[in-house]
Amino acid sequence: MSSRDLILGRVRRALADVRRDDTPYEQAVPRGYLREHGELAPAETVELLAENLADYRALVHRADADGLAEMIAGLLHAHGSKTVLVPPGLREEWLSATDLARVPDRGESTAHELDRVDSVVTACALAIAETGTIVLDGSPDQGRRRITLVPDHHICVVRVPDQVVSSVPQALELLDPTRPLTWISGPSATSDIELDRVEGVHGPRTLEVVLVTGGDGQG
Amino acid sequence: MSGTFVGMPAFPKAAHEAVHNTTLRGNLRHATHTIRAKRATAVAEVSDWAELREAGKQIKDHTLRHLDRYLEQLEESVTAAGGTVHWAADADEANRIVTYLVKATGESEVVKVKSMATQEIGLNEALEAEGIHAYETDLAELIVQLGKDRPSHILVPAIHRNRGEIRDIFTREMSEWGRPAPEGLTDTPAELAEAARLHLREKFLRAKVGVSGANFMVAETGTLVVVESEGNGRMCLTLPETLISVVGIEKIVPTWQDLEVFLQTLPRSSTAERMNPYTSTWTGTTDEDGPQNFHLVLIDNGRTDTLADEVGRQALRCIRCSACLNVCPVYERAGGHAYGSVYPGPIGAILSPQLRGTGSEIDSSLPYASSLCGACYEVCPVAIDIPEVLVHLRERVAQGGPVTENGNKVVLKPAKGHGAERAAMRAARWAFSRPGALRTGQRLASRSRRFHPRTLPGPGKAWSASRDLPALPPEPFRDWWQRTNGGKDTGK
Repeated sequence: MSSRDLILGRVRRALADVRRDDTPYEQAVPRGYLREHGELAPAETVELLAENLADYRALVHRADADGLAEMIAGLLHAHGSKTVLVPPGLREEWLSATDLARVPDRGESTAHELDRVDSVVTACALAIAETGTIVLDGSPDQGRRRITLVPDHHICVVRVPDQVVSSVPQALELLDPTRPLTWISGPSATSDIELDRVEGVHGPRTLEVVLVTGGDGQG
Repeated sequence: MSGTFVGMPAFPKAAHEAVHNTTLRGNLRHATHTIRAKRATAVAEVSDWAELREAGKQIKDHTLRHLDRYLEQLEESVTAAGGTVHWAADADEANRIVTYLVKATGESEVVKVKSMATQEIGLNEALEAEGIHAYETDLAELIVQLGKDRPSHILVPAIHRNRGEIRDIFTREMSEWGRPAPEGLTDTPAELAEAARLHLREKFLRAKVGVSGANFMVAETGTLVVVESEGNGRMCLTLPETLISVVGIEKIVPTWQDLEVFLQTLPRSSTAERMNPYTSTWTGTTDEDGPQNFHLVLIDNGRTDTLADEVGRQALRCIRCSACLNVCPVYERAGGHAYGSVYPGPIGAILSPQLRGTGSEIDSSLPYASSLCGACYEVCPVAIDIPEVLVHLRERVAQGGPVTENGNKVVLKPAKGHGAERAAMRAARWAFSRPGALRTGQRLASRSRRFHPRTLPGPGKAWSASRDLPALPPEPFRDWWQRTNGGKDTGK
C-alpha cells in the first residue's frame, strides 16, 4: 500500500465518529467578525496606513503625481545609491529625474549581482491600513520577488487612496492566490535576542513608502 | 515522532534541575513577561477578537473532521499548479523523501526556514548522516544550531540565551560553519544581528535548495503560506532553484478566504504585532520567479492517531503561535527543555504524548506538567481547551484504555508508577459504595487527627513534599448534619 493510501485510510478510520450529514463548510464557519474595524473615510484610511507603516519603522513620504519623480530622485540620492533596480513595467516617468545607473530585472541575473545593487523602486498591488502592510504580487511594475529582497533599500510607491484597503479581509478579496504574494509590514526585523526588536536582518534594512496622490489613476 | 530528545528524564526531574538555573529563569521571566504584556495590547486593538477566535476554531475543526477530503483536494490543486506532492507516514519516511529529493539535485547543502515539522522529524540530523549540510537561517535557530543546543520555545527558540551568551557562541562557532564573526563583536542585539546577516548572506546567495515548513496550506487553491519577520524565509523561498516544504497534514484550511482569520490572529498572538514583517504565499511554481521545482511532503507522524481521539483531536487545531507558552507559570519556571520535545509548554504537554504515545517516561509525565490554571486556554487563538486534554491524558496514563497507535486500535495498560493513585481510587470506589464503611472510616479519621503525620510515607512522599496535607475536621460532616438537623438546631 502506498503511504498516501495508508494515511488517507488512517484518517478515514480516525473520523468514524463524523456523520455523513455533518454540517457543511458554509454553515460550520461563523463569519461574525468584522470586515473592517471602524468606518473611516478614504482620507482617514490613508492616514491610518501612514501611521501604522511608521510605527513599524518604514519611512513614509507623500507626493503628488507631478512631484513623484523628484521625490524618488531625492530619496535615492539621500541614500547614497549608485545603482537602482527597475522592474520591467515600472512607469518611465517615475525615474525621469534621476540619472542613476539602472539595472533591469532580468531572469538570468544572479543573486550575487542583485546583492551589488543599492536600491530598488517598485509599485505595489495594494496596501492595508489597519496593519501597515504593502502587498506585492509580482506584476510587471513590481518585478520578481527577489528584487525587493536582496537589495538593502526598497522604495515602494502606493497610489492613494485607490490602492489602499482598510483590512486583511478586504485585501484577500482583491488578491489573486495564483500569483506569488509578498506582504511587507515595515523593514526586516528580529526580536530573537532578549525580545529586543532590531531592524534589518536579511531583507532590506530600509523601507521607504511614497504615498502618491493625483495623476491619471494608472501611475 | 522521532523528535524525542534522547535520554531525556521525565518532566519532574528535568524541571527540578531547570528551576535551579538562575540565569535561565531570569532570561525566561524577562522574555515571557515582556511578550505577555505586548500580546494583551495587540489583542485589545481588535474589537472582534472573540468572533475571530471562534471562526478560527470552527475552520480548523471542520477541516479536521473532513481531513481526507481536504487532503485530496490540496494534492490536486498543488499538482495542477506545478508542484509535486509526497506522502510520509512517519519521520523516517519523510527524511528519506527529503534526502532523496536533495540528492537528486546533486547538491550537498540546503538552507532552511525555521520549521517545527522538520525539527519534529529530526531532518537536519538525517540529512547530515547522508552528507548533506542543513543551515538554519532564522536568527534564533542559528544561535541554537551554532551553540549545539536545543530549541526551548516554538517562536523564539533561543529564548533561554541572553545577549552575552549569544556573543560568545557567535565568536566561538561561526568560523566553523562559514564566515567568522567580526573582530571585537559586542553583545548589542544590533551588532549580533549584523553578524548573523553577514554570516548567512553568503549561504543564501549560493543556495540551490531550500527547505521550509508552512503555516497554512489552502486546499482550494494549493497555496502555501509562511509568516516570518527577518526575511530569511523569503530568501529560502525565493532564491533556490528547488524548494521542498515539509508540512503536517493538519495545516490545511479549506479556502483562500479562511486566511483572513488566521492572518489577523496569528501575528497578534505570537509576536504581538498587528502583522509580522513578511508573509509569503506561493501556489506551485511561477515562471522565472522563485524556485522552478516545488515539492510538498505531507507528514502524518502520529497525527492520524491524534485525530482518532475525539477529545485529544483538538490539539491539531494548533497554529503554533506559542501564546500558551508565554502565559504558563510552569513553562516560565521550568523552561522549554524540560518538556523533552520540540513542542514545549502547555501545547507540548498535550501534543507530544499524543504524537508519540505515552509509552516513555517523559511522555507519560507530560500531562502532569501543568497547574491546570487555564491561562493557556484563555489566550489560545483557536480555543484549544488544553486543560481538558491534559486531564483526559492523565486518565489515559493512570488508567490505560483504548487508543490508536500507528493506525491500529490497541488497549493501553496503565502506566507504571501510578499504583498508589489507582489503589487510592479503588479504595475510594469501595468506600463510597458502602455508606457504613465510609461513616466508620470518617469517624476514625477525625478522632485520630492528632496523630496524623504532616507528610505521607511510601509512594505518597513525593506528593506531600510540595503540598500541605488537608486538615481533617474534629467531626465528620454527616455527623454534624445529623446532630444539628442540618444546622437548624444550634447553628454550630
